[in-house]
Amino acid sequence: MIAAPSPTGPVDTRGPAVRSGRRHVLDMDDFSREEILGVFQNADAMAEVLNRDIKKVPTLRGKTVVTLFYEPSTRTRVSFEQAGKVLSADVINVSASSSSAKKGESLYNTALTLQAMNADIIVIRHGHSGAPHFLARHLDSCVINAGDGTHAHPTQALLDLYTIHNHLGDIDGLKVAIVGDALYSRVARSNLWGLTTMGAQVTLCAPPTLMPVDFLDGKRTEEGHPFASVQVESNVDRALEDADVVMVLRLQLERQHAGHLPTLREYSRMYGINERRLSLAKPGALVMHPGPMNEGVEIDPEVAHGARSVIEEQVSNGVAIRMALLYGMATPARQRTSTRGG
Amino acid sequence: MAQDASEASRIEAGRRILTSDEIQRALRRVSHEILERNGGGGNLVLVGMHTRGVPLAERLAQTMSEIEGETVPVGAVDIGLYRDDLAGGSRPFMQPTDLPDIEGRTVVLVDDVLYTGRSIRAAMDALNDFGRPKQIQLAVLVDRGHRELPIRADYVGKNVPTSRNEEVDVHLVEIDGTDEVVLGRRNEA
Repeated sequence: MIAAPSPTGPVDTRGPAVRSGRRHVLDMDDFSREEILGVFQNADAMAEVLNRDIKKVPTLRGKTVVTLFYEPSTRTRVSFEQAGKVLSADVINVSASSSSAKKGESLYNTALTLQAMNADIIVIRHGHSGAPHFLARHLDSCVINAGDGTHAHPTQALLDLYTIHNHLGDIDGLKVAIVGDALYSRVARSNLWGLTTMGAQVTLCAPPTLMPVDFLDGKRTEEGHPFASVQVESNVDRALEDADVVMVLRLQLERQHAGHLPTLREYSRMYGINERRLSLAKPGALVMHPGPMNEGVEIDPEVAHGARSVIEEQVSNGVAIRMALLYGMATPARQRTSTRGG
Repeated sequence: MAQDASEASRIEAGRRILTSDEIQRALRRVSHEILERNGGGGNLVLVGMHTRGVPLAERLAQTMSEIEGETVPVGAVDIGLYRDDLAGGSRPFMQPTDLPDIEGRTVVLVDDVLYTGRSIRAAMDALNDFGRPKQIQLAVLVDRGHRELPIRADYVGKNVPTSRNEEVDVHLVEIDGTDEVVLGRRNEA
């Protein structure tokens, strides 16, 4: 499936009022501009904690955060783990390959087990679009989507927006080029939502075989839809012209075998971001990549490690943003039972 | 203490209990008291508690430098990460915590209203993560009573006995455009 099925039934992701804690973080299109700016503000405070000698605050003491990763990940999982630990939460990491999932235990039963263990927040990455929404519908725990299928990766989009905000200020009106394997990219989808919410002028650039036509169709022609202003381009030089931000997507190498590309070398020659192409963008343009990079394929090493690359900052911003999100979850109050009478 | 729009509508228009001049005089007196108690500004650090404690701390520092001619360093602390009431409750947006060196110094915490004392407890926990002050003292513009913890202020602008269904609202020029303290009655929802 290319387009993600919407979850059956509404999932209430907010608390009763804007400033109450959030029940879930599932989608990027669920965040208003004000809420995104609020997350940035809290991330600033979290960044200050990450600069201290002792990176520890008692905010989530006694809360349990479980990371449930059905797909491999280094940076995202470690990022959530660090975020939880700095906030003094108890963090438990479950990777599906070493868990009962191998014995065939269903996602639902795994999650019920975790809830019975008092998981306050479940952070899930899963290969099927909609898996986090499924958990959110059936569990009391708060759920954070760390990437579901090809559907969404809201925490990545938030840290990308935050990185842009820190360098270039107001995102409204900025020209952002997203280049690469957009068809299979939940990062691209979530960034499309986030960037258009913040008022950026987005150009999506991909080879025609990797353009998410189903996802975009209808939305761009719909009256008043935030995607109406999204430009679609298959020529990367044109897409990069005057860009303030160049967001490079990872080429998922498996696609080559599925017939989407003739060869990796041809992709790299036609779409790879090198110094020459980068010079078409604005002088101070930012180069971003969600990682992990295929250096020499979608991005040249000189660009990836060059002066305009903010790729490493994206990683450290990821911890601050995830701390801000964990802080903002509406975790249920503990029922304290007295062991003494009266 | 900040009120958001829905809160403000639940509080009847109140009466002013401190005018702009009265606030200025109280702060001037508190500045003198702090200097007197500590034998000058030498080893002092003023730390304002976000949000309205911060401009109050800056005003105290300004007055103290006019009185004694030396600059007292000013810091700001946000207690959002140290509160004891996070479970299910509101999640205020945080302001930056920025502290000068407090190791071995006398820290005077500054807040606008002292009520249950829980904010002060959180502020002391925050300070503890930054160093070990020689002493912590507390200056507040208004003490409204109803302490829930064994905490007291060393310097008080005005004591205002209140009932639990009243609200003390401090407005400062730096944040609200005007200087005044208003006592309002909270409507039962």
